[in-house]
Amino acid sequence: MIFTIAFKELKALFASSLAWTLLALVQLVLGWVFMGRLDAFLEVQSQLVQIANPPGVTEIIVAPIFAMAAAVLLMATPLLTMRLIAEERRNHTMTLLTSAPISMTDIVLGKFLGLMIFFCGVIFLVMVLSLSLLMGGTLDIGLLLSNAVGLLLICACFAALGLYISSLTAQPAVAAAGTLGILLGLWVMDIAADDGGSIMRTLSLLKHYESFNRGLIDTFDLAYFSLFILTFLVLAIRRLDGERLRG
Amino acid sequence: MNEKTISTTILAQGLCRDFGNRAAVCEVNLELRRGEVLGFLGPNGAGKTTTMRMLTGNLSPSAGSVTICGIDMLGRPRDAKARIGYLPEVPPLYRELRVDEYLLLVAKLHRVASAILRPALVKTKQRCGLSDVGRQLIGSLSKGYQQRVGIAQAIIHNPDVVILDEPTAGLDPNQMREIRSLIRELGAEHSVILSTHILSEVETVCDRVQIMHRGRMVFNDSIDGLKQKKTSLEEVFSQLTLGEASPGDIQAS
Repeated sequence: MIFTIAFKELKALFASSLAWTLLALVQLVLGWVFMGRLDAFLEVQSQLVQIANPPGVTEIIVAPIFAMAAAVLLMATPLLTMRLIAEERRNHTMTLLTSAPISMTDIVLGKFLGLMIFFCGVIFLVMVLSLSLLMGGTLDIGLLLSNAVGLLLICACFAALGLYISSLTAQPAVAAAGTLGILLGLWVMDIAADDGGSIMRTLSLLKHYESFNRGLIDTFDLAYFSLFILTFLVLAIRRLDGERLRG
Repeated sequence: MNEKTISTTILAQGLCRDFGNRAAVCEVNLELRRGEVLGFLGPNGAGKTTTMRMLTGNLSPSAGSVTICGIDMLGRPRDAKARIGYLPEVPPLYRELRVDEYLLLVAKLHRVASAILRPALVKTKQRCGLSDVGRQLIGSLSKGYQQRVGIAQAIIHNPDVVILDEPTAGLDPNQMREIRSLIRELGAEHSVILSTHILSEVETVCDRVQIMHRGRMVFNDSIDGLKQKKTSLEEVFSQLTLGEASPGDIQAS
């Protein structure tokens, strides 16, 4: 049942021009960053040889692309998540799902899964972009995979939060604005923190993504992401369940 | 007793629903037998849609119970919902999908076995006169066709109970006639609840009529019973919903 809903979401997503536009824009921005970093790498390459243990092409080109990809997807997610519940409510199609013999958990997880499959497509494209470097050299595949896992997890966080905010309202624009606001807040939270052990830093999404970006898979970060995803998915399910009571 | 539970498809007892301090629906009882078409009347804001939402499990009642074919809606919502087809006031259509895609999706959501998906789709399209538009996008269809798709999504899983909220609103006379004959046809196999504002529609299509006013059920009689008493539905309706007569006094058998 979850897959039926996930498949339906993907179909609806690709039936509109939104998905294609977003994919094209993401690819354009990342392609541009890629070219810029590649240019910079070629410029400093001769000097790098002189340092002992120099940073490789993966650190200089691939990691910044993934950092940029996370920022771009942060902007794009609200546009995708606002459709999931808020727009279904506005179009009165939510009744179809709530009248069907399926639970709210199926609905929320199906929608989440559908969006994650879309994100997997985006991440796949970023991977292909990075792997194109293999034509001219070697890559640190471990670092590349750590980046991909990090990006997947942070996208799941965006999606879970967006899904919850979307479940709060029947106005897609409000859902999008709310999600973007909160995500940006979580993103820049650590700016206010001056010392390393601050709670602000612990809660910031960016800080946790940074370690994946450096190739460090920390159980603390994994736990943070899992809890974040789980919390907002459960909240969304509870919210939809409660709707039957509130009317 | 057993036979009674099988032939009774919907049994709602003492349904109440409050929104804040306002009671939208109060002490509504409703019983429907297999093969019966019930006309559900009432002025706007009488609580018809709220009642239907409770019957279909979209809204929890503040008090009372709903059983569908003997299955409690609150206790086993999944099994109960599988036996209902519901067309809300605004048909829940995904405009960006094709008619076939949409109906297959609905069938899957209602757990129709994959072996009979295709036959169910073909049969439903035939019944609703949609055979020629299967490949079209729902958004590109006319209002009448969209309404038919709405009815098709309510019956594709062959439910025991079909609940239609104003299915003929905004249709032209020909389309209305077609939809009415479809409802008549549905009534042969399924139980149908039909909410409408068109009294003549109830007189031609329904076996029984219930009228709601200010959240209460104020009238419940068969169409034949009305004919025997030589009163028209219109008289009864205006008397109950306009006059000062307090609801409950006129409760018919």
